[in-house]
Order: sequence, then C-alpha cells, then structure tokens
Amino acid sequence: MGTAPASRDVTSYGMGLAAPLALFFLVFFVAPLLQLLWLSLHNDTAGLHWGLGQYLHFLTDPFSLSVLGSTLLLGAEVTAVCLVLGFPIAWLYQRVGPRLQTIIILIVLLPLLTSVVVRTFAWIVILGRQGIINATLQSLGIVDTPLKLLYTQFGVVIALAQVQMPLMTLPLITALGRIDPNLDDASCSLGAGSWRTFFRIVLPLSLPGVIAGCTLTYAAAITAFITQSLIGGGQMLFMPMYLYQQASTLQNWPFASAISIIFLLAVLAVVSVFTTLGRMSRGYGGA
Amino acid sequence: MADTPGGRSLVVDAVTHRYHSGALAVENINLDIKGGEIIALLGPSGCGKTTLLRIIAGFIAQTQGRIIIGDHIVDALPPNRRAVGIVFQNYALFPHLSISENVGYGLAARGVDKASRQREAQRLLELVQLPAMAERLPRQLSGGQQQRVALARALAIKPSTLLLDEPFAALDKNLRLDMQIEVKRLQRVSGITTLIVTHDQEEALSMADRVAVLSHGKLEQFGSPSDVYDRPQTLFVNTFVGSSNRMPGVVVSADRTAAKVRLDAGAEIIARPAGGTLTEGGRVTVCIRPEHLQFVGDETGFAGVVGMSLPLGATVVHEVTTADGSGVKISQARIGETRALESGAAVRLAPLAPSLANAFPATL
Repeated sequence: MGTAPASRDVTSYGMGLAAPLALFFLVFFVAPLLQLLWLSLHNDTAGLHWGLGQYLHFLTDPFSLSVLGSTLLLGAEVTAVCLVLGFPIAWLYQRVGPRLQTIIILIVLLPLLTSVVVRTFAWIVILGRQGIINATLQSLGIVDTPLKLLYTQFGVVIALAQVQMPLMTLPLITALGRIDPNLDDASCSLGAGSWRTFFRIVLPLSLPGVIAGCTLTYAAAITAFITQSLIGGGQMLFMPMYLYQQASTLQNWPFASAISIIFLLAVLAVVSVFTTLGRMSRGYGGA
Repeated sequence: MADTPGGRSLVVDAVTHRYHSGALAVENINLDIKGGEIIALLGPSGCGKTTLLRIIAGFIAQTQGRIIIGDHIVDALPPNRRAVGIVFQNYALFPHLSISENVGYGLAARGVDKASRQREAQRLLELVQLPAMAERLPRQLSGGQQQRVALARALAIKPSTLLLDEPFAALDKNLRLDMQIEVKRLQRVSGITTLIVTHDQEEALSMADRVAVLSHGKLEQFGSPSDVYDRPQTLFVNTFVGSSNRMPGVVVSADRTAAKVRLDAGAEIIARPAGGTLTEGGRVTVCIRPEHLQFVGDETGFAGVVGMSLPLGATVVHEVTTADGSGVKISQARIGETRALESGAAVRLAPLAPSLANAFPATL
C-alpha cells in the first residue's frame, strides 16, 4: 500500500488481506455464475435465441416441480432427523466430564474424517438386501423377507443424516455452551420441571445454534450429490442428479442452467428464512 | 421449634458430603436454624459453604445426614419441590424473558394464570422498588437492579427458606450497603428464614442473627455475631473474623476461666482459655485484636518499638515491633488530639482486659 503509515485505516489491512480470496471468488465463482445466468436465458440448446423458455418449461413441468419439491422435502427431513438426534448429544456434551467430552467430540467429528464415498458405501452395506440390518432381522426371525431399505427415501434420509450430523451438532454444542448453567438451577429452584426448563429456557436460548445448524445441514443435505445418488439409486431423482443428467447426458445446457438458478433461488429462500429467524432470536443471545 | 408465619425452621443434621474423588467437601455439619432467622455461612473460598447451600437447595445429594425444613425431611425431594428460593451470585436472570416474566416464572411453573402472575410480579417489583421495569429485559438493568429482580423472583414462589449465594460480591461498595439494608428490610417484612453464603465477614456480622463459620468443610463456630467476634472458639475464627495479633507464648498456670501466659515477646499476661483446656508448660497462641490493646505507662505488659503509625480516619493504627521481633498492631480511637507517636519510640502494651486476650493451644 502506498499511503503513509500514519493515515492508514485499520480496515484497509483487512481489505488487502482479503483481496486474493476475493479475486479467486470473482474469477471462479461469480463469473461462472453470471455465465450460468446468461446461458439459462436462452430458449435453444445452441444458445442463439434469448428468452425465458427454460424457466417456463421448468415451472410448468409437473415432473421438474416434483423433483424440486422432493429435494426440498428431503432437506427438511434430514434437518429434522439431525436436530432431533443431534440436540441430545450436544446437551449431553455440556453435562459430562472432560474425558467424556473428548470422546463425544471425537465421535461427532469422526464422519468428517472419512470420505463421503466411503461412508456412503458403508451405508449400502448396512441397508442392502443382504446387508447387516436385514441379516440381523432375519436371523432373529423378526422378518421373513428382507426389508427394502436401500433405494428408499428412508434410506437416503438416514444416510444423509449421519453424513451431515456434525454440521448440526457442532453449532449446537457451541450454543448450549454459552448458556449459564445457573439458569438451569434457577429454573429448577423456582419449581419448574425438566421439560419446562427445556422448552422455556434451554431451547429459546440455544435458538441461534439451532438455526445455524439447520441452515448448514439443510444446505448440505439437498446438494449432497453422491449420497443422494448412491443410496437413492435410479428410482429416486433429486435436483443435483436431475441437473447432472440434463447437463452431462442430454447436453441441454440452457435447461441445466435454468435448473441451477431455480435450485439456487430455492435454497437461498430457505436459508434466508432461517437467517431471518436467527436475527429475530439474536435478541435472546447476549447478557 | 417455633416457626414464624413467613419462614420455617431449617435443620442441617450431621451432613457430610464427599466428592466422587473421595475428598471431603463438608464434614458433619450441624445447624439448627429457627424460622425467620438470618444466618450467614461465613468462610474463605473452598471451605464448603457453597456446597452446603447446594445441598440445602437440593442440587447436590449429601453423602450422609439429613436436611429438615419445617417438619419435613426433604432429602428425597428434587430442587423444584423444596420451595427454597435462591439468589445466585450472578443473579441468573433469564436473559430472553422480560423482568415481569422472570419474576412470574415460578408462578407459571405452578400453573398460575397469566393475569394473576402479572399482578403478583408487579406487586413484588414494587416491593423491591422497581415498579417501572416490568417490560425491560435483564440486560437493560444495572447490577443492583438485576439483584432486586432476582430477589423478587425468588420471593414470588413464597419460599420457606431463602438462600443467597454471595449476593453482594458483584456490587460496588456503596451499592452493596444499600442492597444489604434492602435484603434485611425484605427479610424482616416477609419473615423468611434466610441463609446468606459469604466470604465477607463484615457482611456476615452486620446482616446475620447468627453466623456459622466454616473452614475446610468443618463448622468452626455457630453463634451470634458478638459471640463469634468476642468469644471465638477456635484460632481460625479469631483470625478470620476481624483482624488479630497472634502472639506465641507458654502457659505458666491455667484453670478453666483464666490462664497466665508468658509471651515470647517478654511479659506475663492473663488470657481467656478459648477452645479447650490448657496445660501448664504447653505452647499457646494468644490472639489480641488491635483495638483491644492499650499503651501502658508502668512496667506491666510487653515492650516494643513503634514502627509506623497509620491514621485511618476514626482510628489510628500503630505498628509496634516487640522484643522477639514480631509485629503487633494496635489501634486507638482518635479522640481529640491523639498524640502522634514518633517512629522508634519505646512503648509498653497490654490488653484492655484478660477476657479480650484469647489463648488457643498451639498446633504443631
């Protein structure tokens, strides 16, 4: 920087340091995104005629809309499963000794340390017709014929929930850690039982963490191409795979671009709902 | 046991608590508290006073002993069914609830409807002199105001016992005095049996009807403030409560009421045997408070040399070095023109009365 040291604003350092990454984003994220938008505004695959045809096609096509709907629903289901299973873990983490805390954190982080592909194949082994669950159930005589677990919505939700769990648990652990433990005791001494304490005190105060966790889990779940495709198989189609087919197999780039933009807007809409909720709940956080 | 209308008696019966590690937190504590009394649990940090408070509240299940509130043994009751009000050191107000909701929280847990809750919260806020704060959030209030709210919240459930955990520690000095007066006033109005945990001896002596002094998990003494201050039963109580000169010596002769002690500083004085019988020839520690020493003109008492004089407003404290080289503090009320003592002046000191010098058997 050319200015004299005395007149330097502290913020200018930050700008300078952020420049390389900003440039990187500009070239490899913003520019392709604009190109995508430009491409999606063409009615023909060759990209010669301008128009909103691709968008109209998507929004009037029941099949496309059902793919979008089922993808958004999948995200909601995965987020719900992660929240319900992740909250007790985070809650437990705040109430155990340091040694157990280390173990819990290790278990929470372990999924992040293995490749998504490996984890997904593990789920295929677990959920398959001759997989661990079916073999156990059959040997115990609980079922006669193997249950169909793989290639079902249930299977996809369970596998995705496991894969995305750290994204929910970590923000929750942070949020619950910020709550003064005396508040629990205070609530209890005032005559409130555990459930009242949870719903009136712990849950409202952990809301910033809940919202952060939900946003991350939701965004990750609906865009999880590998797990969705491998566990869902050919019968279940979600937006990332739909997009891939249009772009790669059918070479219909303008339609694939329009799908991308619509998907992006749908995700942004959901995320902004979460952030709005987060901003409203921030009134709770401090003090 | 007589119960005043507001407060029930509280008995701590032979309570011992051992941590998981095996270390003793409190050992064989017995307190017999009458309904409506204010009791201070006084001790340095780590003496087990907060553990005892949490046992009474029900947050910790003691290893041995019983807690009896009124006529009921409450050991089997969880904290939310003991009707014990607590004011936490950091107040622990619910940050996301309004002041009114904070105060009404305990009533809501008891199924009181919203309108009655708000009315009661308003009444209590007027009692603690914060009538206009009902709709604010806790963080918009000052420390003293937050504490008043915490008090109102604890009183809302009409507790039989009120527990205050270092309630004034976070307040600055002037505010602390205001709040101490406020708490005492509220306690007198409501008649609730109150237990204050504190490490501040002035607070304990000024607020409590009786003071329980704890050290290392053991009850050292349980008595009125004047008992604790003037007739300490242990060397710890004598030195922890108020300031005290510790002077080593040897017992020349002793009976139950008086002991003649030859101080290492070089004088024979009569002292009160405190905390157990003294044996002739045994080593003792004699404690004399600075305000219980006087300058004497004759040959009684022990000799010393004035080191420094500190005028502390109403009193003047002189530091005197005795013949055995130890330092002794003497404080004098400033009456009229107190004569200034030159540094290096030779003086003789003696206790004001034999009952004001306490002799404790020296621990090896």
